[in-house]
Amino acid sequence: MSQASHAHDHGAHDHSAPGAHEGHGHEAGHGTLKGYTIGFVLSVILTAIPFWLVMGHVIPDPRLTALAVMALAAVQIVVHMVFFLHMNSRSEGGWTMLALIFTLVLVVITLSGSLWVMYHLNHNMMPMSVHDMRNMP
Amino acid sequence: MSTSPDLAKLIFGRLTWDAVPLHEPILLATFAVVALGGVAVLGALTYYRLWGYLWREWLTSVDHKKIGVMYIILGLVMLLRGFADALMMRAQQAMAFGADHGYLPPHHYDQIFTAHGVIMIFFVAMPLVTGLMNLVVPLQIGARDVAFPFLNNFSFWMTVGGAVTVMMSLFVGEFARTGWLAYPPLSNIAYSPGVGVDYYIWALQIAGVGTLLSGINLIATIVKMRAPGMSLMKMPVFTWTSLCTNVLIVAAFPILTAVLALLSLDRYAGTNFFTNDFGGSPMMYVNLIWIWGHPEVYILVLPAFGIFSEVVATFCGKRLFGYASMVYATVVITILSYLVWLHHFFTMGSGASVNSFFGITTMIISIPTGAKIFNWLFTMYRGRIRFEVPMLWTIGFMVTFVIGGMTGVLLAVPPADFVLHNSLFLVAHFHNVIIGGVLFGLFAGITYWFPKAFGYKLDPFWGKMSFWFWLVGFYFAFMPLYVLGLMGVTRRVSHFEDPSLQIWFVIAAFGAVLILFGIVSFLIQLVVSFMKREQLRDLTGDPWDGRTLEWATSSPPPAYNFAFTPLVHAHDAWWDMKQRGYERPTKGFVPIHMPKNTGAGIILSGIATAVAFGLIWQMWWLAAGGFVALVATAIAHTFNYKRDYYVPVEDVTRAEDERTKTLASLA
Repeated sequence: MSQASHAHDHGAHDHSAPGAHEGHGHEAGHGTLKGYTIGFVLSVILTAIPFWLVMGHVIPDPRLTALAVMALAAVQIVVHMVFFLHMNSRSEGGWTMLALIFTLVLVVITLSGSLWVMYHLNHNMMPMSVHDMRNMP
Repeated sequence: MSTSPDLAKLIFGRLTWDAVPLHEPILLATFAVVALGGVAVLGALTYYRLWGYLWREWLTSVDHKKIGVMYIILGLVMLLRGFADALMMRAQQAMAFGADHGYLPPHHYDQIFTAHGVIMIFFVAMPLVTGLMNLVVPLQIGARDVAFPFLNNFSFWMTVGGAVTVMMSLFVGEFARTGWLAYPPLSNIAYSPGVGVDYYIWALQIAGVGTLLSGINLIATIVKMRAPGMSLMKMPVFTWTSLCTNVLIVAAFPILTAVLALLSLDRYAGTNFFTNDFGGSPMMYVNLIWIWGHPEVYILVLPAFGIFSEVVATFCGKRLFGYASMVYATVVITILSYLVWLHHFFTMGSGASVNSFFGITTMIISIPTGAKIFNWLFTMYRGRIRFEVPMLWTIGFMVTFVIGGMTGVLLAVPPADFVLHNSLFLVAHFHNVIIGGVLFGLFAGITYWFPKAFGYKLDPFWGKMSFWFWLVGFYFAFMPLYVLGLMGVTRRVSHFEDPSLQIWFVIAAFGAVLILFGIVSFLIQLVVSFMKREQLRDLTGDPWDGRTLEWATSSPPPAYNFAFTPLVHAHDAWWDMKQRGYERPTKGFVPIHMPKNTGAGIILSGIATAVAFGLIWQMWWLAAGGFVALVATAIAHTFNYKRDYYVPVEDVTRAEDERTKTLASLA
């Protein structure tokens, strides 16, 4: 078996040197000034709108305002990921996308699960009549 | 003179002489022993002039093997502390009946069971698991080190910082009296005004930084640094389970950090996240901490499953049965571990629909785990089984863990849980899976990989003593707790009225003493093996006729692990290489690019520990000043450009020629 000679070939360009960040070709691009500017402007706009919504009392219903602020925060997360973290479906051979999907699954489980659990706790554990108690969900 | 108390408060915060437990004889004696032992160790280090060696070769090392060994040493030292707590609890419960109130007052007993839980999970199981992953994973994938060697050293020292903070609470102040997860409202400032919960919070926050960073580090290592040819489905199973464990760490630990941060805001800043009034909800704390807490269980046990897989395949001389199903089971467990957290608080009152959902997911997660047990059994079937010590631990695990798994499925049935929750049945169940699963796995792993790390095997006689004492001791210690739990005895109780229960606690205490013999046998094993190291020496680098790449290099491996990165053609790469008559390359060496040692990790961790101390005792100058120093040191470290070097080709050639000669002399 010619494993030894294979090993020699690979020793030459030693791809597994630890901690050697310099001189490595980065697979993900470093982005451009244009990209960063777009990301920055979008982030500023997406930050300014929530402030305006809250301080100007634009929407009368505070619950609706809170939802709008959260929705804008979620959009801003996407802006950061695309323009600052340079994430797309191809970077790092798909690993970043896989990590993102996994994270999303866990975030959805955590948030929706917590809401579900806490809603039922609130419903069941707050003071109630005997009749209500018999008909708990 | 009126300013002097204010000045003292400014300098020392809440810290006064009252915080030093001079009136507690047990603590005083412990302190005397620890102080004498510490002085003896420091004296010996000075006498033998080992300080320089220790600093250069170990404390500042960025070598993943040395960091792994240091993690394991930390875990074993903390095991002694955590086990001392266990013995004290068993002794108290065996004697405190009726008129006899035992020797521990309740406020002391409460600190002991809290410290026992915190130490055993965070500072015994976690360092041992992380240590073995550090030691083995880069070798198994044919890499020279982890992806971020300095970060690895920093992570280790942060874990040490957390452990030091917990140990400080023994002699300065007190530890939490809340149980190992510090549920509010008990852990809130209204009910725990002392420093105990603050010690708990900051110890876990510091250690949590280390755990999270080492998780990121090992994921990057496994994803990016595998030897050429090692596709995902050719990775050793231990590497697979390590990958899943670290994914779980990175996904779960931020939740713990956030929950503890909110609890600290409640305690320090007067917010009301988890208080009873002003819209706070203690139930939210319980909900969030178990979203971290359940994955944590799998963080601990998945690497143990990986160890058993390696051990079974090696000591049966067979390829692991159902490699692909093992990998898929691991991945399924990784995802499912996020869908079961509510089974820790079925009784809180979520109602039938929520409880049934989580009861069913909990039962589902036992399916991939059961599949793994069958994979190991079928690997043994018609294998040439060698009953060496790691294999004994594995068989002990398979029997013990199945019992723990079955009691777990019992607890997963919500109506049954309403009867059994918070009872000693639960305590028996989780000790059954953590000792029978995690700890047996770690001992199997330590025995299995010890020759790789140190170049000689562990003495089998004392290893077998340790195994049998642990196994029998475990059954004596925890089977009575199942019985007591079914009778309705609750956990965390320091005194009982019903004398008919006493016999069970006495049996459990006897079991704890047997486990003590098991731990002592393990320590004797280390000493005896060191004395007999020439007899136990392994020159081949492959003492067990192994299957994976870590056995392809010498024992202990050179700093650079492999002179040439190996090429992988099959699952069980080293076995495949041996079958194909692999010849080790003996010339044509090139200089090897390696990272340089640095003291920044230990310094940063020292400052972080000081910041924690300042925060706990409310010495704000220390906390603020320390924080500034922490950031400044971290920034200063980024200007250290002398962080790598090349191992000269002469050194590589010398080391490799040495090995060539050794191997030739064996042939």
